[in-house]
Parts: sequence; C-alpha cells; structure tokens
Amino acid sequence: MTTQKMTIAKALNAGMRKAMEDDPKVVLMGEDVGKLGGVFRVTEHLQKDFGEHRVVDTPLAESGILGTAVGMALRGYRPVVEIQFDGFVYPAFDQIVSQVAKMHYRSLGKIRLPLVIRIPYGGGIGAVEHHSESNEAYFAHTAGLRVVTCATPEDAYWMMQQAVASDDPVVFYEPKRRYHERGFIELGEAAPYELHEAVVRREGTDVTLLTYGPMVKVSLAAAQAAELEDGPDVEVVDLRSLSPLDLDVITASVAKTGRCVVVNEAQTFLGMSSELAALVQQECFYHLEAPVLRVGGYNIPYPPSRHEEHFLPDLDRVLHAVDAALAY
Amino acid sequence: MSDDDVAQVPSSAPATHEPPATDITDGGPDMVQFLDADGQRVEPGTVSEPYAAYLDDVDDEALRSLYRDLVLVRRVDSEGFALQRQGELGLWPSLLGQEAAQVGAGRAMRTQDYAFPGYREHGVAWCKGVDPLNLLGMFRGVNHGGWDSAEHNFHLYTIVIGNQMLHATGYAMGVQRDGDVGTGDPERDTAVMAFTGDGGTAQGDYNEALVFAAVAQAPVVFFVQNNHWAISEPNDRQFVIPPYQRARGFGFPGVRVDGNDVLATYAVTRAALERARSGQGPTLIEAFTYRMGAHTTSDDPTKYRIAAEVDAWRAKDPVDRLRKHLVAQGLVDDQWLADLDAEADTLADRIRRECQQMPDPPHEEMFEHVYAEPHPLVEREAAAFAAYMAGFDED
Ligand SMILES: Cc1ncc(C[n+]2csc(CCOP(=O)(O)OP(=O)(O)O)c2C)c(N)n1
Repeated sequence: MTTQKMTIAKALNAGMRKAMEDDPKVVLMGEDVGKLGGVFRVTEHLQKDFGEHRVVDTPLAESGILGTAVGMALRGYRPVVEIQFDGFVYPAFDQIVSQVAKMHYRSLGKIRLPLVIRIPYGGGIGAVEHHSESNEAYFAHTAGLRVVTCATPEDAYWMMQQAVASDDPVVFYEPKRRYHERGFIELGEAAPYELHEAVVRREGTDVTLLTYGPMVKVSLAAAQAAELEDGPDVEVVDLRSLSPLDLDVITASVAKTGRCVVVNEAQTFLGMSSELAALVQQECFYHLEAPVLRVGGYNIPYPPSRHEEHFLPDLDRVLHAVDAALAY
Repeated sequence: MSDDDVAQVPSSAPATHEPPATDITDGGPDMVQFLDADGQRVEPGTVSEPYAAYLDDVDDEALRSLYRDLVLVRRVDSEGFALQRQGELGLWPSLLGQEAAQVGAGRAMRTQDYAFPGYREHGVAWCKGVDPLNLLGMFRGVNHGGWDSAEHNFHLYTIVIGNQMLHATGYAMGVQRDGDVGTGDPERDTAVMAFTGDGGTAQGDYNEALVFAAVAQAPVVFFVQNNHWAISEPNDRQFVIPPYQRARGFGFPGVRVDGNDVLATYAVTRAALERARSGQGPTLIEAFTYRMGAHTTSDDPTKYRIAAEVDAWRAKDPVDRLRKHLVAQGLVDDQWLADLDAEADTLADRIRRECQQMPDPPHEEMFEHVYAEPHPLVEREAAAFAAYMAGFDED
C-alpha cells in the first residue's frame, strides 16, 4: 500500500487512469481533453498514454458529446465525458434527461448506459458568467441518474473509479475551486467508502451541517471557528452522493444533534437543500429542536464575480445559521 | 486474447493527428483578397472581382480611417490583456490577429444593422460605438455586460457557444415582419450579423440557425472567424468541409475571405449585408484568420500548437499590412502615424485609469433586474441580505 499526496485534479486524473487501465472499454470524450488535458488539466497526459481512440477531442457540441456517448455505450463502451464548465451542460440537457436517464427503464432493463458525465461546478474563481453554476439539482431531480460529488482527493480518486464501474449513468460533479486542494490517498487498497455513502467529516453534538462538494471545507472551517469561540459543537456530514441520498447517515446525525443546517452553493429554491430539509423533517421530526435551516446561494442568476463573495455562503453565513438553529 | 482487447484496432479506425500536410496560412483559390501580406493591391481575379465595386467609394480618407480603427482596436485589446495581468480583470479573450476581420465587418454595417457577438468581438463593438470600458467592466466582473444593446445595435456578449446565432436569425425574422427589408430605402433596410468562431460551427444551435435562416430567407449574415483554433482543437476536430462551403448545403451562398485583409472583409461584408437588406436572404462569410494569442488569459497555447505556425501567421499581420499599403501609396507620413500612436496612447491611458477606478457594485445590486416585475422571493432575500449585512455594522 502506498500513500500519496495529491490534488483533487490529480486524483481525478489518477482515478480515470486506473479505470482506463482496468477496462479497455473506458473512453474519455470532451472538448480539449486530449493534448491540452482539459482546461483544468484533469485529463492531462491521458491521451498521450492511451491514444486518440480512448481520449477523444470532440467537436464543440455538448449535445453531440452526450448523444454519441450514448451510442458508444450501446456498443459496449464506458464513456467518461467531460463538460467543460457547469454552464455548458445545457445543450446536452435533452440527451441526458430524455435519453441517458430513461433508457434502462424504457428497455425493461435490457440496455445499460454506464456513462460518467463529469461536470466541474461551482463558483468562487472570479469567472465570467456560465462558469460558476451549481446545477446539480436538475440532474438529482431526474430519475434514472446517479449524482455524486467529491470534496477530497481521496474521494476524487476512488469515487471516479466507482462511478466508471457503475452500470448506471453517473453525473460526477467536481468542485472546481477545490481542484488544487491537496490530501493523502491510499493507493492500491479497496475504496474506503461506497459510492453513495455519506461520511461524517467531523463529529459534534449540537448541530449537523449537511453539505457537499466545495462547501465541505467552508463547513469544517465554520465548525472549527465555533469550537475556538467555545460555541456549539458542530457535526459536519459530507453527503458525497446527491442521488441517492444516504438517509441512514443523515438521520443518525440529526437524531443525535437535534438540529440541522444544509449548506450548499446552489440557489436554495427547489434545490438539494429543499429535498434535504423535507426529508430530515419527515424522518427526524421527533428529534428536531429547531426547523431545518438552509444556507445557499440567493435565488438570483449567478451574479457578476464582484458579487460572489456575498452570493456564496461563507463561514459567517454558516455560523449565522448555526446560531439561529441554536436559538430555537 | 480477450475480445475486449483494444490493441486489435481495425484499419478503418480514424487516423491519428499528423502535422497538417497543407500550409494552414493558405486560404486556397476561393479566398477573396485585395491586399496581400505585403500590403500590395492584388489584381482581383474571378473570385474577388464581384466585390471590387464595394471598394469604389473607399477613398484615401476612408483607408486611413480603417487603419485608425485597426490600430485603436489593437490597443484596446492589449490594454485588456495588460489589465488582466495586473489583476484588474478576471479574464480577457484577446482578438489579436483578428482586427481586420472585425473592423471590416463592423465598418460595413450601417447604424441600423444589428450585431450578435460571441465574446471576442471587441473590434465590432468598437465600430458599433460601444465604449471599451463596458467590455472591460464585464470581464472585471462588475456586471454581465450592461451596455445598452438597443442604443448601439450591438447585443450583449454571448458566452455559450452558438446561442447567439439563433437570436440573430430570430431578430432578422422580426426585421422581415416589420417590412424593413427590400424597400430600397438605405436608411430603413436592415440586416443582422451573427458572429462565431470555427469551433462554434459544430454546435447544434449554429446549424439550426442556418436552417432557420435559409427557410425564412432571413436578412442575416453569419460571420465565422476561422481563427484556426477552438481553444486547443484545430479545424480538423470541428469540420471536414470548411464553413464557407457548407453554407451552400444549407441553401445560401458562402464566401471565404482573407480575414487579415480589411479591404476584403469590408467589401465582402458590405456585399452580403446589401444582399440581406434587399431581401435576397442570408450569406455566410468565413474570415480566414488566426488567433495570434492564447484562447484567453487563462490558456497556455504552447501546450498544443507550434511556434512556427504562429510565426507564419505573424507575417500576415492585418495591421502591418494596411500600414505598408498606406505608406507605399504615400497616404500617410511619419507624423500621421505618430499622431495615431499618440491617440492610441491616450485611449489606453483613459481606459486603464477608468478601469482601475471602476468601483465594485454595491452588493445589494445583485438582487436587481432578476425580473422585470416585482418578485416576492427576491424581495424577501434582498431584505434579509440587507439585515444580515447591517448586523456586521453593529458589531
Ligand atoms: C456551449 C459552450 N461549450 C463550451 C464552451 C467553452 N469554450 C469557450 S470558447 C471555446 C472554444 C471556442 O472556439 P471558437 O468557436 O473557434 O472561437 P474562438 O474562441 O477561437 O474565437 C470553448 C470550448 C462555451 N463557451 N460554450
């Protein structure tokens, strides 16, 4: 067993490399994924090492990328497609929602579509519009798709391999502003968690933060800040999987703490946080000391980047919600 | 050997990338050109001849003014690049090398003609009277555009590749319904221009736009700047038949023009716009040019293209080309050129200063303009945000 320190971007790369070594049917497709290695370098060197048949620079057309990936999957391949930025998945929305999500159901289970749709998502990088969105709820809302996201290099490495191995289509959200965060990975061993398992990242007794992707770091920082101020003892649950949700871990945590705040970047209205709030109140009603609160983006289009420090939840807003939950 | 083994690639598999066999700076025999790379007037052959008349009224003054635009637009661009490097902008997509394509197209438009840009059309914006500061503000993250598109007949930048091609077509369909086509009144007849790149031609919206425009015979001109790169992907990843030839298949003419020759882009665009305004339908123009810089300030082109290619195109520089012509013809002297440089410096100073001083928008403004009519959720959140922020003042 070897331990390696690497960034989330490198870990995703290593996970794809491993998946490609293990299964010659795994093919990467997307804009600029070849020679350039993707605009975030997540597929760096893979075309050099696996060739142009297995790492395909596609024409600039997302519906084309998804539609042809479906066809390749029908022919027995396991396409891993990259959407360059969150805001550019919409030309492919029809293929994903109308075809990818439903084909197994329509074929009475005879057709499997083992696709992975990689989407770098979220804000905080000072980008122009369409480069900072958190649109995971559209896909989590769609039956037939699995939706996951990683917050650590270890998860990036293992979850990518698990997603590729899944016989269902998996939308894999990558927290782009965390691409360069480093962490340790145990290579060679079995994955530490199941793909759809939620993980308690920090134990606490007073309030549960349900969070994922880029907001795990912010939530952990908030928990630590609370501790330093002798404030509440905050538990942080990294959901990892947005569809399905790991109800066992979620309800066990909230049953213990009695309070729950959902933290994500996406606009709250009809988002992941709406579903989580509904589920928690339904499943943990008698344990709750306070209503489930939500901290997320405001319900406006993603604003110009000079606003994003206020649009995106930060440590203060998380603590503000924690205080509000404790005040009940 | 398992039947999964991909070492068994059949011979019909697509070929790997060889270095281009042909000279990619060569636009071929179909390309309209009036000025060669050395700034010499080219005797128009059968391909260029039909457009020659559109230069008849381009007198010495007009030539100097085209050159002035090329120089000022290049200066705006280099200032944008520098401001990004200084941390004043989040991003800047440079138009370096594409000045003649954009200025020729922009100058060919009449005031009432409407442009739908992508995100690199700073030169067209300039010709349509949009202050460069507006472009800088957008890339600074102060707003998402914010200029008055109806005042300038220049739509907001569209970042999602291909979307604007359909908007342009629909706008042109509106122009048709208003009867502003084919009246013969030059102040009234209106055409629309849609801009995209070579990569954009692969997108579904682009192809749908061409279908809609052809079916409607809409007064729209599709202007594809083939700068040979879509980030890291060369032309052969996007198409086999070049865009100008594909136009015919959609049902209207396509023209390839030397995109580094402002006289050619100007003449060809004028002809296409006139065709559109007079009710004869769409035209596609492929401006054969080159992206001299990185895709944007976030990109590193050394990862995917060779310096020799860039050098070959540098020899075809659109700004140098017209300067050589003007000098050779005795239309400008050193003093005139020095004055123009000084004007460019003044412009650069102004936009640099005003960009650096551009204040961040007040944060409560992010809740404005989400809807045209009142919306209770936005109002509630704006109020909650204000109260939350006020809490910090009290602390
Ligand atoms: C729908 C969509 N997909 C992906 C992108 C990301 N992207 C931005 S520019 C670009 C390449 C565009 O190339 P081209 O159309 O040739 O225009 P150029 O940038 O060279 O002017 C890509 C892939 C985007 N903006 N929109």
